[in-house]
Amino acid sequence: MMRRRYRIMKDESCISCLRCARECSFGAIEAADGKGLVFHHQECTDCQRCVSFCPVGAIYITEDGNRFRRNAVFGEDDIQQIHLQAETGGVLLSSMGAPGSSVPIYFDRILLNASQVTNPSIDPLREPMETSVFLGQRPERILRGSEGRLVDNLPPHLELSTPIMFSAMSYGAISLNVHKALAAAAEELGTYWNTGEGGLHESLYPYKGNTIVQVASGRFGVHGTYLNTAAAIEVKIGQGAKPGIGGHLTGAKIIGDVSKTRMVPEGLDAISPAPHHDIYSIEDLAQLVMSIKEATDYSKPVMVKAAAVHNIAPIASGIARSGADIISIDGYRGGTGAAPLRIRDNVGIPIELAIASVDQRLREERIRDRVSIIASGGIRNSADAVKAIALGADAVSIGTAALCALGCHICASCHTGRCAWGIATQDPDLTRRLDPGKGAARLVNLVNAWTREIKEIMGGMGINSIEALRGNRMALRGVGLNEKELGILGIGYAGE
Amino acid sequence: MKKEGEIRISSGCAISGIFCRDGRRIPGEAIRKSIAVMHSRSNGLGGGFAAYGIYPQYRDFFALHIFYDSQSSREETERFLDSHFDIINLSKIPTRPTPRIQDAPLIWRYFVQPLPHMLQDSQLDEDEYTSRAVIRINDSIEGSYVVSCGKDMGVFKAVGYPEDVADFYRIEEYEGYSWTAHGRYPTNTPGWWAGAHPFSLLDLTVAHNGEISSYDANRRAVEMYGYSCNLLTDTEVIAYMLDYLTRKQGLTLRECSEVIAAPFWSTISMKGEEERARLSYLRKMFSSFLVTGPFSILVGFRGGMMALNDRLKLRSLVAAEKGSTVYFSSEEAAIRIIEEDPDRIWAPRGGEAVIVTLGREAG
Repeated sequence: MMRRRYRIMKDESCISCLRCARECSFGAIEAADGKGLVFHHQECTDCQRCVSFCPVGAIYITEDGNRFRRNAVFGEDDIQQIHLQAETGGVLLSSMGAPGSSVPIYFDRILLNASQVTNPSIDPLREPMETSVFLGQRPERILRGSEGRLVDNLPPHLELSTPIMFSAMSYGAISLNVHKALAAAAEELGTYWNTGEGGLHESLYPYKGNTIVQVASGRFGVHGTYLNTAAAIEVKIGQGAKPGIGGHLTGAKIIGDVSKTRMVPEGLDAISPAPHHDIYSIEDLAQLVMSIKEATDYSKPVMVKAAAVHNIAPIASGIARSGADIISIDGYRGGTGAAPLRIRDNVGIPIELAIASVDQRLREERIRDRVSIIASGGIRNSADAVKAIALGADAVSIGTAALCALGCHICASCHTGRCAWGIATQDPDLTRRLDPGKGAARLVNLVNAWTREIKEIMGGMGINSIEALRGNRMALRGVGLNEKELGILGIGYAGE
Repeated sequence: MKKEGEIRISSGCAISGIFCRDGRRIPGEAIRKSIAVMHSRSNGLGGGFAAYGIYPQYRDFFALHIFYDSQSSREETERFLDSHFDIINLSKIPTRPTPRIQDAPLIWRYFVQPLPHMLQDSQLDEDEYTSRAVIRINDSIEGSYVVSCGKDMGVFKAVGYPEDVADFYRIEEYEGYSWTAHGRYPTNTPGWWAGAHPFSLLDLTVAHNGEISSYDANRRAVEMYGYSCNLLTDTEVIAYMLDYLTRKQGLTLRECSEVIAAPFWSTISMKGEEERARLSYLRKMFSSFLVTGPFSILVGFRGGMMALNDRLKLRSLVAAEKGSTVYFSSEEAAIRIIEEDPDRIWAPRGGEAVIVTLGREAG
């Protein structure tokens, strides 16, 4: 007996238009001849596609009422997973970010400051409120030329009009239409999107100025033109959802343009090794960073992305000294298209703690001003972004939130390849559900809305430029945190 | 209750400055009179003065003004000074009993120069050598606090209203070509002498009115470069930033003003190409040093003074000129009381530094 997690329900207002059956890509709703709708509850992922498209609001999804005998140690999920593994002998797969309800979301335990009396708050509608961020290396000293004039000795920088960019998500894991939407939105917003490790589809070459291309362990789709069709290049060492683990895109998805873009033969599994096989140590990373700079004529910043793991602070320090211009740190709650469940839920540390300790460590080593830091992994709203920046990040990067703007409801079934929203799938019948133009408009709306909120929050604190927020931990206070947590975050307790 | 340095305390304030471009040395009476007008901008929890040109007979030596909580902290500090400097002269700073100034620490003055062999071994220049020694005293000798350590200059400060502080230190007996004054209105402090302003490092002094919202970003940036912000005040962090930018990075004060009160990107975009590139460079290079929130500051340095407002001009600041004398103040009244009929009186715009130096016009 298959386990039913959800129950598909409908009320009397149903007009039997069968729209729900057409929308369901998981085979949970069937339009049986003459019998109307048949529900296969066990197939339902609660992706909410049917609910969103029901013209009369007749259909809804509930948790299945059946439950296992309560046990404080072995929960229902634990028992289910044991049953499944006993049946299959396999590694459990999952997708999106760790739900990890027992791991604190520190963002929710941090409160922001505002000006009162001694210092005026600033109204963003009346006064300029600056959100532009420049990411890249800074030299240690200024340089003066003839007649004492300042010489611009800054290496190339990325310029963002808002401290929000889009996280790496590969073509293959997500559809080309999603890439199109991200690229167009990034261009309109004056920020950047990231190809992930699956290469860059040729139709997206015109978005070069807002594209970050990724070089990951599988080196899929990496060639000279690729490296030079970008504003920056990211070396991906790890990902928050699956630190220490490579990737596996099944041959079923390596079809047509995905195969061509990835430079992997059709039908062949695309396996990204766990490590880069040319990086077994930090000095190897430095060589790769420099090789990429050589290949791109030192005209673009090189980023290094690593997962937030226990010793992320010294790792970041090593990356900062490798010649990398920007460090991207992806936290425990970062999403993925597919990852072993045990890895996703048990490996890595929350981004809040990681950013705080990395920022502090780089300051202690006096190299914080030399590099820029991007935080990602569970940024849900503008307040999370503000908190991440006040903890020490230069900018944040959003993946899951961007996909939600495109329709995703985080049913965490990406690894099935059946995404009903046309996001995490290559099935042409499904991918066409996402209109790249409309998708881009929604992404633009989302980021603009967050940017407005960030301005509002900054103005309340009397800060009118985002750089004055960076690492400004006095703007933060904790609630429900212990001394150790406050110490790592480098913040006081509320009321202190 | 925590004292300054253990907790960050915000404060409003009054500032005033007089600068004689012709190098004429004027007694402290004028600056006392000016700052006294703004009595109501202070609350008796801090006042102070910085004066330049007051020690011509010792102009080549570092003048250390030091507060001690006890004789033992004095002895420990003097042992440290003995092992790092030649002490040319030492004395108590003369004071007069003033009923409204209480709980005075021991206040000493030393004229010193670095021990030549120590200086050579350190491979530092004498400014860096001295500033490190001062930071070390403030950081690690309990009950000992160096108030100022520049050449031919000094800071006189206390808990009290500025005019009482002036009387206490017999400020009218000193003659200087440059004077700044500060009256403090902290929102919450038990009153600590070292927490009064101006704040100083080497020849640089800062008197500041405001509460900067970028404080912790700036503090954490400047602490990266070896400074230690013991007082947790805006003034201290601004002084360290200016010291870092001028002495260690080699920026001019004008360039410093373009870093800490940087023009908005929208303003920069309207400049000509060369200026746009220069201003963008400064903002990108020193983004951690941008100061936001209200401030007006008077920066004293050897041979000059800079007045600067935050870029939105959220604090008052007035400037005036009469002949070769330049005046700055939080309020026009504080200038009129000492110069009834200035040639020119104006309010500098937000973010626009007014820098005056010996023998030069104001601009």
